[in-house]
Amino acid sequence: MRLIDRHAIIEKNATLLLVGSLLVVTVGGIVEIAPLFYLDNTIEKVDGMRPYSPLELVGRNIYVREGCYLCHSQMIRPFRDEVERYGHYSLAAESMYDHPFQWGSKRTGPDLARVGDRYSNAWHVAHLSDPRSVVPESIMPSYGFLKDTPIEVKDFSTNLVANRRVGVPYDDDMIAHANADLMAQADPNADPTGLEARYPKAKIGDFDNNPRQVTEMDALVAYLQMLGTLVDYKNYKETTGYR
Amino acid sequence: MKFGTEIVVLGFFAFAALVAAGFGVDGPFRQHMWVLFFALTGFTAILMRNTELKPVAPVDPSAYMDGPIRYGAVATMFWGVVGMLVGVVIALQLAYPDLNIQPWFNFGRLRPLHTSGVVFAFGGNALLCTSLYVVQRTCRARLFGGDLAWFVFWGYQLFIVMAATGYLLGITESREYAEPEWYVDLWLTIVWVAYLILFLGTILKRKEPHIYVANWFYLSFIVTIAMLHVVNNLSMPVSFLGSKSYSAFSGVQDALTQWWYGHNAVGFFLTAGFLGMMYYFVPKQANRPVYSYRLSIIHFWALIFLYIWAGPHHLHYTALPDWAQTLGMVFSIMLWMPSWGGMINGLMTLSGAWDKIRTDPIIRMMVAAIAFYGMSTFEGPVMAIKAVNSLSHYTDWTIGHVHSGALGWVGMISFGAIYYMVPKLWNRERLYSLRLVTWHFWLATLGIVVYAAAMWVSGIMQGLMWREYDEQGLLVYSFAETVAAMHPYYVMRAIGGAMYLSGALIMAWNIAMTILGYRREEQPMPGSVAGLRVARSGARR
Repeated sequence: MRLIDRHAIIEKNATLLLVGSLLVVTVGGIVEIAPLFYLDNTIEKVDGMRPYSPLELVGRNIYVREGCYLCHSQMIRPFRDEVERYGHYSLAAESMYDHPFQWGSKRTGPDLARVGDRYSNAWHVAHLSDPRSVVPESIMPSYGFLKDTPIEVKDFSTNLVANRRVGVPYDDDMIAHANADLMAQADPNADPTGLEARYPKAKIGDFDNNPRQVTEMDALVAYLQMLGTLVDYKNYKETTGYR
Repeated sequence: MKFGTEIVVLGFFAFAALVAAGFGVDGPFRQHMWVLFFALTGFTAILMRNTELKPVAPVDPSAYMDGPIRYGAVATMFWGVVGMLVGVVIALQLAYPDLNIQPWFNFGRLRPLHTSGVVFAFGGNALLCTSLYVVQRTCRARLFGGDLAWFVFWGYQLFIVMAATGYLLGITESREYAEPEWYVDLWLTIVWVAYLILFLGTILKRKEPHIYVANWFYLSFIVTIAMLHVVNNLSMPVSFLGSKSYSAFSGVQDALTQWWYGHNAVGFFLTAGFLGMMYYFVPKQANRPVYSYRLSIIHFWALIFLYIWAGPHHLHYTALPDWAQTLGMVFSIMLWMPSWGGMINGLMTLSGAWDKIRTDPIIRMMVAAIAFYGMSTFEGPVMAIKAVNSLSHYTDWTIGHVHSGALGWVGMISFGAIYYMVPKLWNRERLYSLRLVTWHFWLATLGIVVYAAAMWVSGIMQGLMWREYDEQGLLVYSFAETVAAMHPYYVMRAIGGAMYLSGALIMAWNIAMTILGYRREEQPMPGSVAGLRVARSGARR
C-alpha cells in the first residue's frame, strides 16, 4: 500500500483530519515564537529603558486609539539612509515595555521611533491641529479635537496595575502616585522631584500651552517628545553595548 | 413556542448592556455598550414580532438547511459593498486629506473599518455561507445542531457590528486585522467555537465515506483561525467595565506573535478557506472533476504546514533576531510551490472545458481569480526575499500586493461562488443577467490592474526616493517630498478601487433581481449552447 493511498484513512476520519491539521499548523509557531521568550540574546540589555510615565502612557494609548501606527512606523532599520534620516537603528530593548508594540508596517508618514526632542512642543501642537499649516505636503488628518478633550481618568493606577500583570516593572510607589504623577508632568509649577525620580528623563511642561486643564494633546505630545530619548547613543557602542 | 428562549436570553443581555453603558469606566466603552444595547434590543423586538405561539412544525431531517446560507449570501453582498466603499473613501482621503472628518472619520479609524470590513465581514460571510453550503452537499447531510447555524450567523454579524462601531469610537488593540478589544474578541471566540462544532458535527454525520477535499481546507481554516485568534489576542483588561486592555506580550515577542497571526489571517482566512471554495465551485461550474487528487493531497498538507512559518517576513531588518527573519524568508519562498500546486489544480480542472471561458462569464471570473492567486503567490515570495523587502517594506508596494490577492483572488472567487449559489438557493432557473456578470468581470479586472499598477509605481518610486543619494553623499529627498510625489498614484488608485466597487454594485443589483425572481431578456452569450442552437436551426431552414 503506497503512502498516498493511506491518505484515505485520514479522509474517512474527521477527528484524525482535525487533529492532524492542528498539529501540522502548530509546528511553525512553536519553533519560531517560543524561543523568543527564553533566548537571552533576543533582547540585549540597554541602559536607560524605563516604563512609561502615566502621562506618556495616556499619550501612547491615544496614539494607539487614533491608529497612528497605520501610517507611522517606530522601527528604524539598519540601513544608511534610515539611520541618517531618523537616527540610530532601533534596538529590541527599546520596545521591551511596549504592550502592544507599535513598530508599524507602513510609512505613509515618516518613522517616529526617535521623533522625541526633534521639534518643539508648539510645533507638535500646531502640526497635530492642522498638519498642512507647518508641512504643506502633508496628507495627515487633523487632530485639533485633542486640545479640547480633557483627559478622562478616574483612577489611572489601574492601567499601571494591568501593565504590571503583563510584566512591566511598575513598583508600588509608581502605582500609588499614578494620578498625581499624571497631573504633575503637565504642570511646570508642580514639584517634579518624585516624578523625575520615578521616571528619569521625563519631559515636564504645559505641552499644549493651556494651563487650565490637562488635555489629550498634552499627553500625546508628552509621548511623542520622549520617543527614542531614553537610550543615550553618545555612549553606546554597537559591538559591545556601552563603552 | 418559537423564539421563546431566544427572546428571554437576548432581553437579558440587552439589559446587561444597558447596565454596562451606565457603569462603564471609560467613555468609549459606555458608547460601545449603548450600541450593543440598541443592537440587542432591536433584535429582540424583531424576534418578538415574529414569534408564534402554536407548536412549530418539525423540520425534515433529510432536507438541507439553506436559510442561514441565503442570509449569508445577502450579508456577503451587503458587507462587500460597505467594505469596498470605505476602501474608496480612505483611498480618496490619502489623495485629498481634507476629506478626513475628525475624530470619527479620520483615516486612522476608518482604515481598520475597511480592512476588517472586507476581510472579516465580506470574506468571512462568504466563507461562512459557502462552507455551510458545501459541507451539506458533499456530506449529503443536514447541518448539525438544529438552530446552531442561526446562532453562528447572527453571532458573527453582531461581532462585525461591534468591531466596526468600536473602530469609529477609537476602541482598538492596534493589532492589524485583529483590532477589536478583549470583550469583542471573547464573543468572537464563542461564535467561532460554535462554527467549528457546526462544521465538524456536519462532517461527522455525513453519508459519504470520504471527506471531500474542499472540507479539508474549510476545516483547517476554521481550526487554525481559532488557534491564531486566541493566542494573538491574549491581553490584560484594565477593568471588566472598560474597553482598554494591554497585550500579554511586549516588543519583539508581541511583534512576531502579531505577524504570525497577521500572515496566517492571509494564509488561512484568505487562502485556505477560499481554496475550499475553489475546490467545490470551480468543478461544479465547469462540470469537470478536480484535475488531480494526488496534487490536492500534497498541496493541502504542504500549504498548511509551510504557511505558518512565513510570518517573520513582515519583520525583515527589524529588531527581530536574524535567525527568525531568515526562517521566515526561506519558508516564504518554499510556500510558492504548494501555492502554485493549488493554482494548477484549479486551472487544470478546466481541461476539456476551456471553451467555457469564452461562453460562461462566471467561469471566466473563477479562472481570473485563480490566475490572480497564482500571480500574488509569486509576488509574495519575491517580496519576502530580504534584499527585495528592504526596498518594498513600508511602501505602497505591499498595499498593491495585498490588493492583487484580495481583489483578484478572494473577491473574484467569492463573486463566482455567489453567482453560482444564488439561483440554486432561491430556486431560480438562472441569474437575472449574464451580460451584467460580464460587465462586472471587466470592471473588476480593469480596476485591479489600475490599482496594482499604481501601487507598484508609487511603492517602488517611494522606496527608491527614500534611499536616493546625490554625488556629495547626501540624501536627495526630504520625506515630505516623497509624500507629494505619491499624489497622482493615490488618485489613480482611488479610480481603480472605484471601478472595482462599481462592479460589485452591478453584482448587487444582479443578485437582488435574481432573488426577486426577475429575468432580464437579453441576447445569449456569443458561442454559448443556446446561441449555437439558433444558428443551426437557421441553417437547416
